[in-house]
Amino acid sequence: MSSSGHNLKKWFRGADAPQAKSAGPSKSAPRVSRRCIGLGELLRNLKSTGEQKICVLDLGPTSPSNIAFLTEMGARVFNEDVLRESQDPSYTVKQEDGSMQIDPGKFFAENLDYPADQFDAVLCWDVPDYLPESLVKPLVERLQVMLKAKGNLLAFFHTKDAGPESLYSRHHIVPPDVLELEPIQGFSLQRIFNNRHIENLFKDFASRKFFLGRDNIREVLMVR
Amino acid sequence: MSMNPTQPAQPAPPLAAAPTTPSMPATPAPQKETPKVTEPHRGDVGHIGKSVHIRGELTGSEDLYLDGEIEGTIDLRDHSLIIGPNGKIKATITARDLVVHGKVEGNINASGRVELRKSCTLIGDVGTQRIVIEDGAFFKGAIDIRERDSKSESRKPMAVAASAGSGMSSGSSSGPISYNAASDTQSSFLDPK
Repeated sequence: MSSSGHNLKKWFRGADAPQAKSAGPSKSAPRVSRRCIGLGELLRNLKSTGEQKICVLDLGPTSPSNIAFLTEMGARVFNEDVLRESQDPSYTVKQEDGSMQIDPGKFFAENLDYPADQFDAVLCWDVPDYLPESLVKPLVERLQVMLKAKGNLLAFFHTKDAGPESLYSRHHIVPPDVLELEPIQGFSLQRIFNNRHIENLFKDFASRKFFLGRDNIREVLMVR
Repeated sequence: MSMNPTQPAQPAPPLAAAPTTPSMPATPAPQKETPKVTEPHRGDVGHIGKSVHIRGELTGSEDLYLDGEIEGTIDLRDHSLIIGPNGKIKATITARDLVVHGKVEGNINASGRVELRKSCTLIGDVGTQRIVIEDGAFFKGAIDIRERDSKSESRKPMAVAASAGSGMSSGSSSGPISYNAASDTQSSFLDPK
């Protein structure tokens, strides 16, 4: 668990920060259910590990149902909403051209500060599609190190049919293999990865399995 | 309860202070009982108000409502702690039951149950037997559900609860989700009894 003066500073600023208000569940948009083959396979893999206490990292916004489901499985659940954290202006530094960009060093000093081989599974959801460019590759590299050997990582990627209006979602697990997607305002799609991009991004993983959903979301299950 | 505040703090008015001013006209018994019904635990719960800042170690042997700022450690081993909406805590917390409405940075160790309400922000690791998280709560850290000491009642009741659907509800979008390591359903200590 990372903790420092920076966290404390943010702490007392808390919910008054403007970005915290802009990023929140949309009250008008209803949840959408979708079957998720990748999730079903990930859960099967987790059960087959035979580990007494599995560790699962959820990178999405806090989902009570995910925590309930995973703890009920006997897992130790870790939650870090990296996308929300990436909105914090204190991580940005001025570039030579005058633009502001997130400094990965600063960001990862405060976030995802875990030892190597910690997690049996990482639920990445569609975070890479919305994350600022400078954080995507370092994030994947860090996740790869944090995963145990044969650990699973589940990520979703929009296809080229997705428009910029595609909303970021909070994913709620509905056992055994259904997800409820709750749209969250305040984040816009940053990029569309093609399959080659995805393979390159996760090239250090032992295997990558693609599943294409009916809603044109590519589910990718990576195994370290 | 012993506290080590580093600065003089304005004590919160006692919660259980009954209106005993002489100017108060004598009232019939039913009117006197009304507040007791709405706030049944006031007399039993210590109160630290929102203007109070404490740096140091806070220990106690009674339930506590905490709405101020604390930095250090909080140890209410066998008692309940409620952190109010104005509470800003940077401390390691040990309690039997814990309800968080405000902001907490630090690890939580609860022998009973932890409730994270929708207004709560928690950065830290939680070790507890039962946890309830309301939709809207922000959490960053780890959750470790501990089983009861007796291993005989550890896994079986949990499986029953899961199959019956009582351990987790997934359909609702706004209700709190609870997970019990044991099969018993204990009501919140906040609920009127």
